[in-house]
Amino acid sequence: MMEAELERCVASFYPGATGVTGAAKLSGGASQETWSFDIVHPAGTIGAILRRAPKGYGASPTRAAGLDAEARLMQLTHDAGLPSPRVLHVLGPADELGTGFIMQRVEGETIARKILRDAQFAKARPVLARQLGQVAAGIHALPLAQLPKLRRSTATDEISELEREYRSFDWPRPVFELALRWLRGHDPGPPDRITLVHGDFRHGNLIIGPDGLRAVLDWELAHLGDAMEDLGWVCVNSWRFGEIDKPVGGFGSREELFAGYEAAGGRVDPERVKFFEVMGTLRWGVMCCGMMQRFRVGPDHSMERAMIGRRASETEIDLLRLLAPREK
Amino acid sequence: MQDEPTPIELTRAVADFLRNEITPMISGHNAFKLRVAINTLDLVTRQLTLEQGGDAAEAARLAQLLGAEGSLIELNRMLADKIAKGEVDLQTRGLAEHLWQTTMDKLAVDQPNYASYRRELGAK
Repeated sequence: MMEAELERCVASFYPGATGVTGAAKLSGGASQETWSFDIVHPAGTIGAILRRAPKGYGASPTRAAGLDAEARLMQLTHDAGLPSPRVLHVLGPADELGTGFIMQRVEGETIARKILRDAQFAKARPVLARQLGQVAAGIHALPLAQLPKLRRSTATDEISELEREYRSFDWPRPVFELALRWLRGHDPGPPDRITLVHGDFRHGNLIIGPDGLRAVLDWELAHLGDAMEDLGWVCVNSWRFGEIDKPVGGFGSREELFAGYEAAGGRVDPERVKFFEVMGTLRWGVMCCGMMQRFRVGPDHSMERAMIGRRASETEIDLLRLLAPREK
Repeated sequence: MQDEPTPIELTRAVADFLRNEITPMISGHNAFKLRVAINTLDLVTRQLTLEQGGDAAEAARLAQLLGAEGSLIELNRMLADKIAKGEVDLQTRGLAEHLWQTTMDKLAVDQPNYASYRRELGAK
């Protein structure tokens, strides 16, 4: 049934396409789904991905950029020569597939443990941190005038938002309190220049091949703000998957990340990056607590969600390592 | 008084059964879910084993730090509140040590294989 719907949609925008095969749902929550499928064409099969909110799920959460904005950002990134899938089609009402878009499927790996351990990525690992820096600089240099409408968020806003969410759980966490105090005391204020911020620049949203970074995905949390936020977030210990001495995704150093960023024309402020690393660590901790809340009150009564609640303590030890390191 | 075997012995027996007898029979997404289930039981076993001692020591440290008495959750609320107001901070004698010990005790239950925890355990 999904293939028939996709076939009708593909026929409307892809001249010469003769059909759709292999439609498979890759992931799906209540409000958003990802499908993989192949477009059959006389010139060769084209791998495609559908990212959509099914019919009846129009409204996105307030922090989300929205699927139309995601498509626009992905296309802009692709057009700027940065690693990104090409957008093939933005869904309209006539498609009757809900809201969302269809993009070219980029082959590669997003699972961190494979990227950090498998032999096929051995040549990619040493160059990834620098590549990530270069690509982040490219993203941050995209002209604001071309961007879709996005929420604007400063460090001060983010701290308040984190505090509000943490307090809503009504469960005392002295380490989170310490982190909130630290963040308020070290708030760097608005940056000199407001830029596009990807908002979730880390393992899981980066397609890696044996040759290195192939695509940046998932613009759901994109916003306007401080470019250093993306560099801090990618250094959060939670994305190092055990390789804790390699701050960038468990594969590289801050120096490599920063060098790539500056080689591509960006300017790094290491103090701000550190601030956003602390904020990102707390944010992941608050998100873990949020998952546990949804496990308790929501429809998703799964063990996985419950167990993520027990990972908040990982961010507490990481916050202590950042804010109150012990004498070695 | 409840009879033996203890909850620790029971959860451990179930986890061992799932690990040794059922895991080889399951594949795909259910194998992933089974691993999560076993991890969950292992966590419960660790908590049943360690919680009493950890909680008692934490309560004693909090009472000392705050000069107050109360249940563990009340004391933690008090401490959280004092940190939020800036009445205690990392310069306060005993606070850093208390937070470190409490967090280490949490990790010993939640994620004893977490790399930061193992590093800190070794550094101590």
